[in-house]
Amino acid sequence: MSSALGKDLVGLEPLSADQIRLILDTAEPFKEVSERPIKKVPALRGKTIVNLFFEASTRTRISFEFAEKRLSADTVNVAATGSSVSKGETLVDTARNLEAMRIDMVVIRHGASGAAQFLGERIRSNVINAGDGKHEHPTQGLLDMLTIRDTVGRIEGVKVCLVGDILHSRVARSNIWGLTKLGAEVAVCGPRTLLPRGIEALGVRVFGRIEEAIEWADVLNVLRLQLERMEKGFIPSLREYYRVFGVTAERLARAPRQLTIMHPGPMNRGVEIDSRVADGPHSVILEQVTNGVAVRMAVLYLLAGGRPELAVAAKGASESPGGGGGGGSE
Amino acid sequence: MTRPVLLQGGRVIDPARGVDQVADVLIQDGKIAATGTGLGTPDGAEVRAVSGLVVAPGLVDVHVHLREPGNEDEETVASGARAAAAGGFTAVCAMPNTDPVTDNQAAVGFIVRQSVRAGLARVYPIGAVSVGQKGEQLAEFGEMVGAGAVAVSDDGKPVVSGHLMRTALEYARTFGIPVADHCEEPTLAAGGAMHEGLVSARLGLKGIPAAAEEIMVARDILLAELTGGHVHLCHMSTRGSVELIRRAKERGLAVTAEVTPHHLTLTDAACERYDTHAKMNPPLRERADVDALRGALKEGVIDCVASDHAPHAYDEKEAAFDDAPFGIIGLETGFAVLHTELVRHGILTLPELIARMSTTPARLFHLPGGTLAPGSPGDVCVLDVRTPWVVRAAELHSKSRNSPFTGREVVGRAAVTLVAGRVVHEILPQH
Repeated sequence: MSSALGKDLVGLEPLSADQIRLILDTAEPFKEVSERPIKKVPALRGKTIVNLFFEASTRTRISFEFAEKRLSADTVNVAATGSSVSKGETLVDTARNLEAMRIDMVVIRHGASGAAQFLGERIRSNVINAGDGKHEHPTQGLLDMLTIRDTVGRIEGVKVCLVGDILHSRVARSNIWGLTKLGAEVAVCGPRTLLPRGIEALGVRVFGRIEEAIEWADVLNVLRLQLERMEKGFIPSLREYYRVFGVTAERLARAPRQLTIMHPGPMNRGVEIDSRVADGPHSVILEQVTNGVAVRMAVLYLLAGGRPELAVAAKGASESPGGGGGGGSE
Repeated sequence: MTRPVLLQGGRVIDPARGVDQVADVLIQDGKIAATGTGLGTPDGAEVRAVSGLVVAPGLVDVHVHLREPGNEDEETVASGARAAAAGGFTAVCAMPNTDPVTDNQAAVGFIVRQSVRAGLARVYPIGAVSVGQKGEQLAEFGEMVGAGAVAVSDDGKPVVSGHLMRTALEYARTFGIPVADHCEEPTLAAGGAMHEGLVSARLGLKGIPAAAEEIMVARDILLAELTGGHVHLCHMSTRGSVELIRRAKERGLAVTAEVTPHHLTLTDAACERYDTHAKMNPPLRERADVDALRGALKEGVIDCVASDHAPHAYDEKEAAFDDAPFGIIGLETGFAVLHTELVRHGILTLPELIARMSTTPARLFHLPGGTLAPGSPGDVCVLDVRTPWVVRAAELHSKSRNSPFTGREVVGRAAVTLVAGRVVHEILPQH
């Protein structure tokens, strides 16, 4: 009954290095499905999945929906924003209703940290966290790791610096857990107002200046700066943020080596990242988006009890196994 | 008229008089009539053999929330007084953050009447510092004291205005009552759900830094010095606060402080897995804070224990961590948890714990009781400090169930509680 990942995917913190590698390796054969004229395999035929988004999201919701549809699942999207009921009450009642409808999987995004776990503890269906408050966004972390592995060729020993608002970022936390478990060196860089106090204890290096981060890193994962951070007084202005922390072509030109540039989107061009960098030759931002679908297919497939060694076969009976560049598992 | 009660052969601990010996206690006409060995049995007395048990002055809790009026589904004066009696408490002080706020003599009188009607543990009202707890205009301390209030507090919220706190401390001097403050600098604490530290960083929850409490502790100490008023610092939670209080006491200021059983025994690690039963304000802190609080309670830097009993309906806590309310119940677990964690581990002696849960809080708030001296109120608890028991939600007398201690095996429990010589709680002996 229990899958190789357990019942739910609430974060990367609880996963082992082997489980993370399994997801990344399982994503490899699924990449190829999206390249076909008919982008559909029957792996989740008959499964019902609810995409439950309490926060607005375009990219993540669409990515999940494509992943589900390409695995032949039946999906329903619920956008529960703007409810007058308080979030907590909604969540309990939503959980009970979902349970009553006997759905198989729930993909949840919610503004409260811990919401995915809360739901997972209350329903029998598999729960996948698509971002809970400031806690984790595990599939984003996984797709970032898959992109690093594709680009650099490995994860172990790669120096990855997360840049920007670490304090409020679920993407940062999932990256930190996943990358450190797989042996990458991880750093964070941003204004001290946007770094959690004591973050070093999570095994990351802290850079106070972007120039130092660029000097050190192989990969920069540039996080979106929420505009409300200025309104709440964490930074004086977006203009100054760009001046002090912006990832610009000029700054990158002084790097001792060629950096890979990532961004989980949506970007604020001219705030955290310069357009020339975002659109430049070393940007893998669109590869991240492409990998997002494959990683989410892998997560759905594994949580549904799909056997990892059959992931290649799951692509479709007519296909010969092996196409899709299986990533090296170790 | 209730019958006289003779508690025979128990270990009598009365910290007020330095007594710790096997003796009898006779309670007659609602008062302690005598303590000593081989007391005679008056006519019609009910004799209870309590050898193997501890006989102590009834416990006193200067900080509880009983939710009446306004949230009687969560607790009432009667249900809270029942829970108190079950926990060995014979007197509790009810905070005024009710709905409407207990900020006038009529509201204070209502609490007193409900307490008398319940006839269980005594409930002493605490009046609000400011009208409506809005932090603007002083409430009528004099009339509230006349109606039975024993202190003033805006607990639940801090007294934000330094000017208001100053005038409250000055004005309270006329009536000889403490001003109990919930120390929290609101702009630092805003939006916080737990202690700011490594656990909050990992869980992605907004933290409340220790400095949010310590800034207000420092301010209150300075204002106590300025005014000569008695400031009582509620539910201290940080090692920094302990140091500030230590220095204030060294300078002889009228500063007293309380600490809760949960801040003495739990850390922010209890918030792991987003357990909303570990969400309270002030939040659970770090190991070093717990150790400092224990040391401070032992030394007397922190004067007493108070539960901050804060009932909430079960479904309110059944929510995402950010959305759940702050607070836990504590009347029925306080003595058990502290006896288990502090006395049995050699941090406090049993007489020290009883002093901090009875004698001292009674003295700080000028309440009758807290001693077994002849002539004192017949408020007594008989404690079983040997038999292990498991805290079970369904067996609690409070109307609410929000405790982080359910499921825990503890040692230490009130076997009998007497208020004014009348048995208000008793665990029937098991045969």
